[in-house]
Amino acid sequence: MNSVGQGYAAAPVPRRAAKPEVWLWIAQRASAALLAVCVLVHLFTIIYAVRHGLTGEAILGRTRGNTAGLTFYIVYVLAIAVHAPIGLRSLCQEWLGWRSASLNWFVAALALALFVFGLRAAWAVFVAPV
Amino acid sequence: MLQVSVWRGDASGGYRTYEVPRQDSQSVLDVVTYIQRNIDPTLSYRFACRVGMCGACAMTVNGVARWTCRTHVSKVVKGNAIQIAPLANLPVVKDLVTDMREFFDKWARALGRFFPRATRKDDFARVDSASPERVAANAGIECIGCAVCYASCDVVSWNPEYLGPAALNRAWTLVNDVRDVSRRERLAAIAGDAGCHACHTHLSCSERCPKGITPTAAIAGLKRATALAAWKGEL
Repeated sequence: MNSVGQGYAAAPVPRRAAKPEVWLWIAQRASAALLAVCVLVHLFTIIYAVRHGLTGEAILGRTRGNTAGLTFYIVYVLAIAVHAPIGLRSLCQEWLGWRSASLNWFVAALALALFVFGLRAAWAVFVAPV
Repeated sequence: MLQVSVWRGDASGGYRTYEVPRQDSQSVLDVVTYIQRNIDPTLSYRFACRVGMCGACAMTVNGVARWTCRTHVSKVVKGNAIQIAPLANLPVVKDLVTDMREFFDKWARALGRFFPRATRKDDFARVDSASPERVAANAGIECIGCAVCYASCDVVSWNPEYLGPAALNRAWTLVNDVRDVSRRERLAAIAGDAGCHACHTHLSCSERCPKGITPTAAIAGLKRATALAAWKGEL
C-alpha cells in the first residue's frame, strides 16, 4: 500500500463467483467415491444373477420387498444423478464452448431425468407388486 | 547438413527450410542463431541467457515445447531434420516470437504476487523450512515463467480463459507462504472453470517442465485447499 510501514492491503476479492464451481467439484468427487462402491456391488449382483441362471421371476422374487436393496439403489441413482450431469457440463463447456446459463438448465434437467427414471427402475424391481 | 524447417510470418505464415551445418554439442538455439546470422537476418526469435536461466528461448521443437538453449540437436533430430515453431497456445507476433502478455496477465489474475503480512518495522519472519507449507511452496518456486507448461497444456487450448499451470503453480506457492495475507482472495481467484477445477490431470505440464516442477501437484493442492475453504464457508 505504501512504503512507510503503514501496512499492506490484502488483494481485492475477485468478482467472479467461484463458490458454486467449487461445490460442484466437491459434489462430483463425493459422488464418484460413492459410485466406486455402488458400481462394484451392482456389477457383482448382475454377474451373480447371470452365472446362477436366475430367471426374471426368480430375481423379482428375491428383490421385491427388499428394503436394503431399495435403499442401496436410491443411493446409487442419486450418485449417478449428481455425477453424470456435472461431468457432462464440463464436456459441453470444453468441447462445445457452451458456457451460457442455458447449459446449467440443461444439466439440471438431465439430473432430474436420471433421478426420476433411475428411481422408477428401482421401484419396479424392489417395490411394485407382481 | 541439417534440414531445418522454421515457422516464418504470423499465425497465417508457414514453414521455410534452411540448411544448417551440423556441429558437435550443437543446441537448437545455436541452429536458430546460425540461420539468423548467416542465412536470413530477418528471422525473429527471442533469447537472452543461453544457459537455462531466463526462459526466453522456449519454442516448439519437433512438436514439443522446449528451451532451445538446453536442447541438444542430437537429442531431437530426426534423420537430419528438425522442425522449429513458436510456442503453442500463444499469439504469434512474428516467426518464433510469441505474445506473452496473456500468459503473464493470468499470473496477475491468479493473484500471483506477494501480499505481505508484516511491514518494514516488523522483525524478519521466521519460517520453519521443514514445515509442510514451506516444503509445498519450495516445490514450485523455481519457476522462471518460460511458458513451456502453458504451451503444452491441452486445457489451455480448449479453454482460453484457463489460468494455466504456471499461474496456478505460482498461486500454490503463495497459498503456502505463511507471510502472505491474501490466501482467501487468492483461493477465490483460482477456483472454478477458469482456474484449478478445469485441470484434467493430463500431466503434460509436469512432463515438459524444464525445471522439473510438477504444476499438476500444485493444482491438486489448490483443489483440496478450495474445497476445504468452501466447506468452512471461507470462500
